Amino acid sequence: MSKVAAELKYSVEHEWIAADGAGPSTIGVSAVAADALGDIVYVDLPDVGSTVTAGETCGEIESTKSVSDLYSPVTGEVTEVNTAAVDDPALINSDPYGAGWLFKVAVESEGPLLTAAEYAAANGGEL
Amino acid sequence: MTQNHTALYGEHEKAGASFTDFGGWQMPLKYSSELAEHHAVRNAAGLFDLSHMGEVWVNGPGAAAFLDYALAGKLSAVGLGRAKYSLICNADGGIIDDLISYRLGEEKFLVVPNAGNAATVAALLAERAAGFDVVVEDASSATSLIAVQGPNAETILLTLVPEDQHARVTELKYYAAVEVGITVNGAVQDLLLARTGYTGEDGFEIYLPNADAAALWQALLENGGAKGLIPAGLAARDSLRLEAGMPLYGNELSVSGHAYSAGLGPVVSLAKESDFIGKAALAAIKESGEGSTTGRKLVGLKGLGRRSARGHYPVLLAGAVIGEVTSGQPSPTLGYPVALAYVNVEHATPGTLLDVDLRGKAEPFEVVALPFYKRQK
Repeated sequence: MSKVAAELKYSVEHEWIAADGAGPSTIGVSAVAADALGDIVYVDLPDVGSTVTAGETCGEIESTKSVSDLYSPVTGEVTEVNTAAVDDPALINSDPYGAGWLFKVAVESEGPLLTAAEYAAANGGEL
Repeated sequence: MTQNHTALYGEHEKAGASFTDFGGWQMPLKYSSELAEHHAVRNAAGLFDLSHMGEVWVNGPGAAAFLDYALAGKLSAVGLGRAKYSLICNADGGIIDDLISYRLGEEKFLVVPNAGNAATVAALLAERAAGFDVVVEDASSATSLIAVQGPNAETILLTLVPEDQHARVTELKYYAAVEVGITVNGAVQDLLLARTGYTGEDGFEIYLPNADAAALWQALLENGGAKGLIPAGLAARDSLRLEAGMPLYGNELSVSGHAYSAGLGPVVSLAKESDFIGKAALAAIKESGEGSTTGRKLVGLKGLGRRSARGHYPVLLAGAVIGEVTSGQPSPTLGYPVALAYVNVEHATPGTLLDVDLRGKAEPFEVVALPFYKRQK
């Protein structure tokens, strides 16, 4: 069963967010979502310096079989994108909570977020 | 819709498969990574459960004449032990299914329709058999079908064949079938072995009773593991067949389409002496030039960017819609997106630059000759 990292918060759209103090928050997609998509082959991320809005699309994730919108769980300015994941999208499957992170945002406000336990209960993940 | 399970469902569960509905069947989509399964078939070998396909036996003195009437091809011209790809059409020339027929005797054929169409095809064949001296028997529910595909397929299969029968396997031609002794449950059984793949690789299909399917599956995995054999699901099967430029019923082929637009004109034998269902309509379509000088034609598209086209996406030329994608995804072997699409014939020449509307953004594609991938022999 797909892992749900206990220390993170989650959106209903399957993004995770590591809100660690005053600096920018790191955002990625959950293992549940990565496993459901299958082998990820392409990711389109927002530009550094652009503003993303909680609950709105900000990119795309493409697997061999399908393409999905990427939603931002927060509102704020994008400060960094993970070029390693853009160059090697398989990182999102192999290490969704680590090397496969997607982008960082200087958060102005958060959308509705779930705790790890709430997300796991709703999506069948394993804490 | 009821969910049918093949005799190998338990094996797929044991192997950790994730399942998908396909033609009313619960089939393995993938076991671990669909990319790894795809590469295994190209570089070593993959094991497929194709038991959802249909098996319809056509026996009797009138078998060849009957199939000449029921199908678009000239089945009476097929040599013993050979196979032929054909179409079953309606009176309008629409494609009801694409299927493979094996001639196993002068008066004995095995017709293999697609999973979702098997019952329809079996019923139609029975209906069309009226007036012919022939017996049509649908054996689909009793028959399993296991495929070993990839460059190591022959070596792996031979481990289960008695040495004095090895030549039957090694000398079996592409698009042919033969009875071969294969060891299942510790005993050598005569099973029907075919060499008619859908992956672009060399490989074999084995037809056998449901009761023996799990034992053969396990034996092949056990003997083939050292040769790189892994079970492969429908996701890999789809990306392999797309690279090989092979049409999929429901995507490229449908009852509202016809052979000439689909590039399957050579499959239709207008020259055969007998009448066949769809003949008049197909002759008129050919005469009209549809699929060659007018209308739309199935082409291959190579993505010039990294993003893939998907089924039903519009194909554009200078912003105007001139076609529609039927299948598309990234090609794991080639490393760029590939797609099949119907486009207006005037834009179907290889080298033509077109766009595909990828969810609101036009991305460049180039018309290329099919297949996208061809194995080195």
